[in-house]
Amino acid sequence: MSIGIEHFLTVGALVFCLGLGIALSKRNAIGVLMGVELMLNAVNLTLITFSRFATSERPIAGHTFVVFIITVAAAEAAVALALAVSVYRNRETVDVDQFNLLRS
Amino acid sequence: MDGGGIVFAFYVLAAVTLISAAGVLVSRDLLHAVLFLILTFVGVAGLFVLLSADFIAMAQVIIYVGAIAVLILFAVLLTPRAGRNNGETKFALPGILLAVCLAAVFLFVIHDVAWTTNDEAPVLGADQLGEALLTTWVLPFEIASVLLTAALVGAIMLARTPQEEAEDALA
Repeated sequence: MSIGIEHFLTVGALVFCLGLGIALSKRNAIGVLMGVELMLNAVNLTLITFSRFATSERPIAGHTFVVFIITVAAAEAAVALALAVSVYRNRETVDVDQFNLLRS
Repeated sequence: MDGGGIVFAFYVLAAVTLISAAGVLVSRDLLHAVLFLILTFVGVAGLFVLLSADFIAMAQVIIYVGAIAVLILFAVLLTPRAGRNNGETKFALPGILLAVCLAAVFLFVIHDVAWTTNDEAPVLGADQLGEALLTTWVLPFEIASVLLTAALVGAIMLARTPQEEAEDALA
């Protein structure tokens, strides 16, 4: 009984799909953002898994990619939460099915 | 990777990660969902350690558990009258269905492909990561710093009140 690449990839795929389900189904905008963060984290796990198990000339490339994804995820979270606070100030709600100002 | 301790650690960490990720989906209270999200991040950090990516695991704990989770908690607490309900929209069923179908495709592909792997882990430390970031990928590294500055300025501009803007204009 040994742990191989399939085990880690399975965990990454399941976390990604849970994040996708959360992002598509939650009513609260902050809940949607949590789903997006879960998806990004699952992708990081998959990249590190391939970096560990694949034969490559430069295995550090996977780690570098993950560092950039963490940077972009942090920037995205900051801007998205500022947007949520800004919307709350104007509409008193952060439910995504109440954002219908543009509907005629 | 077939030591007894590694197998045990993998299954414990995978269970923590998956159960708390499912907890984010099913919990009714938004604050409980944030706490489950923090537990998921910790579990993924443990899996990074298991994959001998110690620097990435540390960055995960500092940035995700330390910064992003606190940011989400702040956003929850700054929207007090919006309700703590973590319910679903009326389009939840197609979304969940899509996620389940995607999971089935992923699992089929992962278990059908004959992966060729090397068993000994490549030695990857923080020193090699720093060298790669400042030689091969120095241009993306600089672009990432510009992106962080832009996100910082944008977040401040979005989040401040009209009252504060008027005070700044007078000063």
